[in-house]
Amino acid sequence: MCLKGENLSFGYKRNNLILHNVNISLERGEVLGLIGDSGSGKSTLCKILAGYENNYQGNISIDGKETPPKGYNPVQLVFQHPEKAVNPKWKMKDILNEGDIVSQHVLDSFGIKKNWLNRWPNELSGGELQRFALARALGPKTKYLIADEITTMLDAITQAQIWNTVLDIVKEMNIGVLVVSHEKNLIKKLCHNVVYLGNINNV
Amino acid sequence: MGNQAEINAGEKSRTEALLRVEDLSLSFIQYASGLRQTELKVICNLSIEAYRGEILAVVGSSGSGKSLLAHAILGILPSNAKLDGRIEYNGQELTQKEKEEIRGKEIALVPQSITYLDPLMKVSNQVIGCVDVKNEGLMRKLQREIFQRYNLKPDVEKMFPHELSGGMTRRVLVSTAVINSSKLIIADEPTPGLDEKTLNETLSHFKEMANKGCAVILITHDIEAALKISDKIAVFYAGTVLEVANVEDFKNNGENLRHPYTRALWNALPQNRFKAVKGHQPMQDEILDRCIFYERCSKKNDLCSKGIPQFKKINGGVVRCNNVS
Repeated sequence: MCLKGENLSFGYKRNNLILHNVNISLERGEVLGLIGDSGSGKSTLCKILAGYENNYQGNISIDGKETPPKGYNPVQLVFQHPEKAVNPKWKMKDILNEGDIVSQHVLDSFGIKKNWLNRWPNELSGGELQRFALARALGPKTKYLIADEITTMLDAITQAQIWNTVLDIVKEMNIGVLVVSHEKNLIKKLCHNVVYLGNINNV
Repeated sequence: MGNQAEINAGEKSRTEALLRVEDLSLSFIQYASGLRQTELKVICNLSIEAYRGEILAVVGSSGSGKSLLAHAILGILPSNAKLDGRIEYNGQELTQKEKEEIRGKEIALVPQSITYLDPLMKVSNQVIGCVDVKNEGLMRKLQREIFQRYNLKPDVEKMFPHELSGGMTRRVLVSTAVINSSKLIIADEPTPGLDEKTLNETLSHFKEMANKGCAVILITHDIEAALKISDKIAVFYAGTVLEVANVEDFKNNGENLRHPYTRALWNALPQNRFKAVKGHQPMQDEILDRCIFYERCSKKNDLCSKGIPQFKKINGGVVRCNNVS
């Protein structure tokens, strides 16, 4: 039971590969750290694994099967800037249930209050929006979560609140997590294993 | 970069604050429904001081008014903003007219991200800015010197912002602040998303500016980065300063820190205990007549629910808390 990327190669321009023959595998229930220099292709790898980029070479399998071509993707990606990942013209309750109905238990563990649901995105702070983005990604059909710098823009207390909640939920739901961060101390605290992108990338 | 005489003068007056913000309050006038207006208070009773040759870090939660403070100092707030209190620069009160005169010259802003650069303009021209034709040659020479010092190759001059990496952009943004030999540098979140090498490099640029006699205000939520280079740390929460601490106070379990919020922030770091206190920063539309940390504080008592605590001087720092002595 794992999310596996085999021999992944990708470039935004022809003749300029930023990922070449990358192999990565993430077990269910595992918390794996991914670190690398800025501009080395971490976010690109995340997008490929979560199905946002299709023009890659190589093979991605989810628990031995191919990524479903449509419907809910069991690999969910959460970005650094939640304000860019929500529709500014939707209310929070619509944003939250965009992909799937999120369980009350997940909402409670993130401390999402009832009266936040009727607000517009610009009426919430970055930390509050990121809770929504995570709750939305942790629907019942999610098997893998890719967290691309999800707490980089947040203060330390909010960061600890959010990560402690995420770790509890992924443990309960047996979800595998890929943590991308520049902060070594955070990676050390959260992850079972760490990979350095430079070591698995053959460009 | 400023002549020798200026630097010497800077040394002499180092004991006097270059920038003094006193009792600053900021609110936004909004239309609630129809023609009814409401006032949303985002900063209240905020006071800080920045000294020549020192770096003052401003840390705190997002939405605590850190960036608004920078915008208030530079006079770039939107028109529905209402500003009270006093901002003094070099001993003189800073009015909107003076802000407009000296910003970009004496006071420089290092903005947060690449989006502050014009995507259709070569970076070297943006660094030089708007100058008289007769000065252009001189500025061009200066810009080349600065680029060389920051390890930006000559061909970077002709590049557009999208051709730069994150670290290069950072160096270009710092160059824009350095070229005018500004005396006060305000850096608004200059570090998120940088790898360790680029981060340390960026921080060293600010340290260098402070060593040359500038006053630097470093706005960040990266406490670890702030501790590396700063002299003092101001902790913001819900639009005001709860504590101004010295860098040495941040150690062990934070027992030298004065305010419970600062201690909570310190203990929430992953390298410390990664422990989160419950609750949220109060929303801006909640009007409180008590300590703003009251709801989340573990040491609260009756006095804390009656009015906002006054600043107290303790161990070379200041704090707004009733329970310290």
